[in-house]
Amino acid sequence: MVQEKTEKLIGGVFTKDKSLQLIDTMLLVRSFEENAEEMYALGKIHGTMHLSIGQEGVAVGTASALLPKHDYLLNTHRGHGHFLAWGGDLNRMMAEFMGREAGYCRGRGGSMHIADVESNNLGAQGIVAGNLPISVGVGLSIKARKSDQIVLCIFGDGASNEGAFHESLNMASIWNLPVIYLCENNFYGMSMAIKKSTKIQHISERAAAYGMPGVTVDGNDVLAVYEAMKTAAEYTRSGKGPYLVEAETYRWKGHSKSDKQAYRTRDEVKEWMAKDPIARFAKVVGLNEEGLEQHKLMAREKIKQAVEFASASPEPDVKDILDGVYA
Amino acid sequence: MRELTYAEALREAMRMAMEKDPTVFVIGEDIGVYGGAFGVTAGLFDQFGADRIIDTPISEAGIAGACVGAAVTGMHPIGEIQFSDFVVLSMEQLTLQAAKMRFMFGGKATVPLVMRLAGGSGTGAAAQHSESLEALFMNTPGLKVVMPSSPQDAKGLLLASIYDNNPIIFIEHKLLYKTKGPVPEEWYTTPLGKSHVVREGKDLTIVATSMEVTRSQQAADELAKEGIELEIIDPCTLRPLDLDPIVNSVKKTGKLLIVHEAVKMGGFGGEVAAEIAESEAFAYLDAPIRRLAGLDMPIPYNRNLEYHAVPQVENIVEEARKLVKGAY
Repeated sequence: MVQEKTEKLIGGVFTKDKSLQLIDTMLLVRSFEENAEEMYALGKIHGTMHLSIGQEGVAVGTASALLPKHDYLLNTHRGHGHFLAWGGDLNRMMAEFMGREAGYCRGRGGSMHIADVESNNLGAQGIVAGNLPISVGVGLSIKARKSDQIVLCIFGDGASNEGAFHESLNMASIWNLPVIYLCENNFYGMSMAIKKSTKIQHISERAAAYGMPGVTVDGNDVLAVYEAMKTAAEYTRSGKGPYLVEAETYRWKGHSKSDKQAYRTRDEVKEWMAKDPIARFAKVVGLNEEGLEQHKLMAREKIKQAVEFASASPEPDVKDILDGVYA
Repeated sequence: MRELTYAEALREAMRMAMEKDPTVFVIGEDIGVYGGAFGVTAGLFDQFGADRIIDTPISEAGIAGACVGAAVTGMHPIGEIQFSDFVVLSMEQLTLQAAKMRFMFGGKATVPLVMRLAGGSGTGAAAQHSESLEALFMNTPGLKVVMPSSPQDAKGLLLASIYDNNPIIFIEHKLLYKTKGPVPEEWYTTPLGKSHVVREGKDLTIVATSMEVTRSQQAADELAKEGIELEIIDPCTLRPLDLDPIVNSVKKTGKLLIVHEAVKMGGFGGEVAAEIAESEAFAYLDAPIRRLAGLDMPIPYNRNLEYHAVPQVENIVEEARKLVKGAY
């Protein structure tokens, strides 16, 4: 069934070229993060970061079904992939990651707060579920302006147990707001396994409590994500109200840099690595190992250039330390 | 000049802003046909309808988040927190999101929201409906904290707040809602970040906020009979604080008394005292700086206990007299 759908899409919406673009964006995300990890290990950046290696299918499948820069994005702390898939400029993103003046936030925000309001990218989020109440306001704003935009509000399985989740989905629903709630369920809220934190099997089941549609999709199948998001976008854009999509996926790396991963087994990680969204889609597209390797090299080259760009950008001047606290 | 109540002045500010500007809307609990718990939004629902006078479920985090999201995408939301105490349920959105968003995004986001809070004690509403929480917000860079004490300032400061490009915590006082005063009919703004000298005098400087400005005025009337002249300064905006008029006044009087309803520990009074101690006015002080503040306790229910939990007119009279007579 899935295979059939995929073939239909490949032949239809997704031409070979467009499919390869999806591969390239997923590879770009992965290369960005592999490089990020390497730079951290070498002491070239400080702080922490939340890697989404293994989850690229969700970010790329989602953005391809929406209208990035026209629609609004409210991202999570694990948001590099969504930022890039949304059409974020790699150079300025890398500069932000490295805390440089040329970065999207002039080095003030870093990985966890990267945003580009000009392209309706309202930022990554350091507070679990912090973006959920904000999505209500963006939805009200769209409604007041009678625009056809929608809000993509992304959060993890952990956020679905915050009170803000309840308030937000309820408000978006009673007011028919154009919000797609995308839950990236990677099965762990830091170390807390979802089977321990949540009694129901699928977070999407909660949609029923708010009178909105809810669906669970294989997040490691980029086309399945695309399809689910397309359906959600059509529903939401037509004024029918919010929609909850749960994409099941897995982060290969720890929660953040301090994570020893004592809460999960190596076998479990291996099992999920075998479901690599990139390798899986490469197979569907008919890209062999050698071909995939070539695309990887292209992605790495872009990352290399971005690092060069960012490295050449100055550090923020301490005399400007208070910039942006007040308008 | 025509007189309005404090509540009417606030309502007029909202009405004028909404008539002029489609990006302004009000959102909160029971603000529609009910007219708000203290009647501040009465009649606005009939004029502007449910899309602009938005009644919400009981969801304070949602109200604040709705304001943040709308503000950052070009709207000018006015949120209402029914009793200021409930604002703690929306602190995450106000302090971790609204206050920091512009800074975190490199100065490229604008969050022009106003969150109106009904604060203060004196209505018998007990410990969870009577607090004065301004200090929580004073300690948060990125926010501005406004506390009007008169109908005229209520209108002017609210209009200024709606068109300020920063998130504003606008703290009203329940006992002030029915007080009357002159209010110009036209559109005007009262600039934020400006302290007002509301009464001139030579013997003692009082810095008071909100309802304590009214009480200080009454205390000044009492003491005037004894020949003691109080100078009263209403900062109006607690953050950013306009210190110069306070410094200049203390240089003139040599004595400073700070009065607020909020508890003393970690409060606005301590901040003003410290600023004066660090300023050139310090050398002009001829008595210790004194503070009158709410007792270090929750607001009690019993009428008499409630009365004694925050500074009243007679407390101000007594403390001011002692300071002027050199008791300290």
